[in-house]
Amino acid sequence: MGPEFLAVLQILSLALLAAGVLFYVAGSVGLLRFPDAPSRLHALTKADNVGLGLVSLAAAIYWGEPAIAAKIALVWLFAIISSGMTAQLLARAAPVADGSGSPAEYERESGT
Amino acid sequence: MSEAFMLAAMLVLVSMAAALLRAWRGPTSVDRIMAVQLVGTGMVGVAVALGAARNEAGMLDAALVATLLAAVAVSAFVRRPEGAATSHSKPNSPSLDR
Amino acid sequence: MSAAFDILLCLMILATAGIALFVRGAFAAIAFFIAFGNLLGLAWLALGAVNVALAEIAVGAGVTGVALILACSRLFELGDNLADVRTPLASRLGSAALCLGFTVMLAGVVLTIPPGDRLSKVVAPLLPGLGIENPVTGVLLAFRGYDTLLETFVLLGALVAAWSLTPDASRRLPPTTMVMTDPTSRIVAEAFTRLLAPAALIIAAYLVWVGSDLPGGAFQAGAVLAGALVVATLGGVVVLPRLDSLAARIALMVGPLTFLAIGLAGAALGGRFLAYPDGLEKTLIVTIEYALAISIAAGLALLAIGPPQPMPNNARADAR
Repeated sequence: MGPEFLAVLQILSLALLAAGVLFYVAGSVGLLRFPDAPSRLHALTKADNVGLGLVSLAAAIYWGEPAIAAKIALVWLFAIISSGMTAQLLARAAPVADGSGSPAEYERESGT
Repeated sequence: MSEAFMLAAMLVLVSMAAALLRAWRGPTSVDRIMAVQLVGTGMVGVAVALGAARNEAGMLDAALVATLLAAVAVSAFVRRPEGAATSHSKPNSPSLDR
Repeated sequence: MSAAFDILLCLMILATAGIALFVRGAFAAIAFFIAFGNLLGLAWLALGAVNVALAEIAVGAGVTGVALILACSRLFELGDNLADVRTPLASRLGSAALCLGFTVMLAGVVLTIPPGDRLSKVVAPLLPGLGIENPVTGVLLAFRGYDTLLETFVLLGALVAAWSLTPDASRRLPPTTMVMTDPTSRIVAEAFTRLLAPAALIIAAYLVWVGSDLPGGAFQAGAVLAGALVVATLGGVVVLPRLDSLAARIALMVGPLTFLAIGLAGAALGGRFLAYPDGLEKTLIVTIEYALAISIAAGLALLAIGPPQPMPNNARADAR
């Protein structure tokens, strides 16, 4: 591996890192700005996992060790599996803004 | 390079703080649990970035444990709205847990 | 950069802790408590204490969060309106005074620790004799084995306390299934369990195994297994054991009893109580850790899910 190759890897890692942070920020903005719970679910289960994937990829490239890269891949794999389940379950529980859900139940027990 | 990972970790932390605003505002408990999940995903990202910045692979085990347990809270949470709804709309309905 | 990260993290921890204490509404408080646990885990990571971070993330944020959510839902099912709970001023002031006293005591202890890390210089030369490289595991299971043995009985004591609060009527009931009532959600949880449970088992075994040389250990592994058990119970894959089930009691006791038996064997073989025979230290420590992980997993899962629940109609009668 020549120095040029390492420099290219470093730039790639930085670019992935920046993109990952951007997706994280987008996820949070979505969670804050979207009008109702089901649309906020998109921000939570899509944007954030892309963010985590990109940051993980950047870290794996930066570390440059196959064993560590495998462990990072495992972290991301579990994250998207559990996020798939989270999305399914919360989408069924989320009250819709048009009133077809049952927001009253949530309001009452959360005391707001 | 490790400074870049540190900066990324900090920016993710800022986005987690923004997500906590949603947990504060609600309005429903689904919104709150979603904000908590977002903090969880953010925490995993920060752990990975921090591990890279400090070159400490042990932090990945923390990230691994966090992702494994992330969905458990949600499954405990969704068990309840149905139960809560039934028990209140029909006060004399039979066991929810049968 | 690192300082800015630390300051932001500290502020967020203080803010989430404050909100969890003072926010109205039980569920909002739980949400902030879980976020607080996650941030505290990050703080331990930032301090380089990966062992503590693992425990905080797994037990503090993970299993405790689940236990609180389930407890909140049970109270709600019993008809408690958690939003309107008013704690009497006297008990609020009393608990504030207790917490303050404890904090002052803790701060006093921390401030008396002389600067400079002397303990690790004492421990480090002793570790090669154990065949263990993780100083935390070494201290917990070899040098301070007494404390750890008692700690393993604390979890058991907590479970017995929770069980003894169960009304007599429900103690004789068949195991309560905490299965989700919505069929589609249950199928999702069931499918997820089939993915999660084997992975959790492997990760738990891995955490105990690396625990002797790297961060990890029985408590972290037990918490991961307990999380998988909770999801399995909610998804209907696993049915909770009855309070008088022999299998459940064996699972709860195997860790502390293995620890105790090995400790007594050490005394019988001419050493002291909890002294390991030469050359067998690592084998015995890893054996104890695996047995402990099983007991901790069973204890945490049963604590999080709670004792059998009487039928809601009876429950209302009991609550009055």
